[in-house]
Amino acid sequence: MADPIHQFEIVDLVPLGGTGLQLTNSAVFMMAAVAVTGFLMIGTTAGRQLVPGRLQSMAEVTYEFVADMIRSTAGEEGMRFFPLVFSLFTFILFANIIGIVPYTFTVTSHIVVTATLALLVFFTVIGYGLYSHGLGFFRLFVPHGIPGYILPFVVLIEIVSFLSRPISHSVRLFANMLAGHITLKVFAGFVAGLGGALGVVGWIGGILPLTMVTALTALELLVAFLQAYVFTLLTCIYLSDALHPGH
Amino acid sequence: MAQPTQATTEHVPASEHGGGFPPFKAETYASQLFWLALCFVVLYAMVSKIALPRMAGILADRRSRIDGDLAEAVRLKGDADAAVASYEKALADARNRAHTIATETRERLAAESEAHRKSVEAELADKLAAAEKSIAASKTAAMANVRGIAVDATGAIVGRLLGKAPSEAAAAAAVDHVLKR
Repeated sequence: MADPIHQFEIVDLVPLGGTGLQLTNSAVFMMAAVAVTGFLMIGTTAGRQLVPGRLQSMAEVTYEFVADMIRSTAGEEGMRFFPLVFSLFTFILFANIIGIVPYTFTVTSHIVVTATLALLVFFTVIGYGLYSHGLGFFRLFVPHGIPGYILPFVVLIEIVSFLSRPISHSVRLFANMLAGHITLKVFAGFVAGLGGALGVVGWIGGILPLTMVTALTALELLVAFLQAYVFTLLTCIYLSDALHPGH
Repeated sequence: MAQPTQATTEHVPASEHGGGFPPFKAETYASQLFWLALCFVVLYAMVSKIALPRMAGILADRRSRIDGDLAEAVRLKGDADAAVASYEKALADARNRAHTIATETRERLAAESEAHRKSVEAELADKLAAAEKSIAASKTAAMANVRGIAVDATGAIVGRLLGKAPSEAAAAAAVDHVLKR
C-alpha cells in the first residue's frame, strides 16, 4: 500500500544547494495559490464591467465575503487590515483547494507555513495594539466587572490564552489538512490494495472504499473552505482586540 | 511517528524520506519560509495595490451609477407628473371654454328668435288693424248703399201700390224713420 505520509514530502525541483533557496514542490504550489488569487481578483476584473460576468461576480463575492467578515467582527475600522485579511483568506483557501487535486502538494499541511501565518497575525495584533493604544493595549488582559480577589487569576488565564492563540490558530489548520489528506490516501490505498491483491473479488470489494474516497473528497472540499474561513475569522477577531483592547 | 517501520516496506527510497515525518523535518523549513515570505509579500502587494482598489472602484462606480439612475428616474417621474397635471389643466380649461361658448350661442340664438317673433307679431297686428279698418269702411259704405236702395225700393213699392210715386224726400224720410227704430 502507498505510504499516506509520502504526499507531504518536500521535494527539491531545482536544487540550489542547501541555501534554503531551492525551488521545491511546496514553493510551486505557493506560487500557484498566488497566481490563482491574481487571476481571480485582477484577471477577471480587467474589464471593470458595470454588470459583472460570471468570473467578475466570483471576484466580487469573494471581496464582499471578506469585507463583511471584517465589518461584522472588527467593525468599520477593521477595514485597515483588509489587504492582510484578504491575502490570508485567498492564500489559504486556494492552497487548500489546489491541494485536493490528486498528485498536488498541500502547502498548508506543513506546520511551519501555518505557524508563520499565525505568528504574522499574532505580531500584527501586538504591534498595532501597542502602536495605537500604547500601554492601554494591556487592558486586553483585564476584563471589566471581575471581583478584585480573583482578578490576578483571570489576568493570568487571559495572558496564557492570548499567548496560546498562535498555537491553536496554526495547529487547527495544519492538523485538519494533514488528517484529511492522510484519510483520503488511506482509503484510496485500500482501493488499489484490494484490486491488486484479490483480482476480480478485490475490484468488487474496492467499490466501498472508492465510494468513501468520493464522499471524503467532497468533505475535504468543504473542510478546505471552512478552515480558510475559520483561520480568517479568528484573524479578524484577534485584530479586533488590537483595535478595541478594552473589551 | 510510525514512519521508520513503514519506510522499510515502502516503494519510496528511504533516503528520500530522511526517516522523519515531513512536516517536522527542520531542514525543509528554510526554503518553505523563504518562498512563503516571497509569495505572501507578492500576494499582499498585488491585493493591496491592484486588486482591492480596483474592486472598490468597480463597486463604488456601480453604486454611484445606480444612485444617479435612481435620481434621474425620480426627476423624470416629476416631469411626467407635471406634464400630466398641465394636460389635465388644459383639458379643464378647454371644457370650460366650450361650455361658455355653448351658453353664449344659445342665449344669442334665443334673443334673435325672440326679436324675430316680436317683429312678425307687430307686422301681423298692423295688418289686422288695416284689415279691420277696411272692413269697417266697407261696412259703412254698404250701409249707405242700403239706404239709397231702400229709398229707391220704397219709392217704387209705394208707386206701384198707390199708382203715384211719392216724392223722393218723403220716401227718404220714411226710410230714415224705419232705420232709426
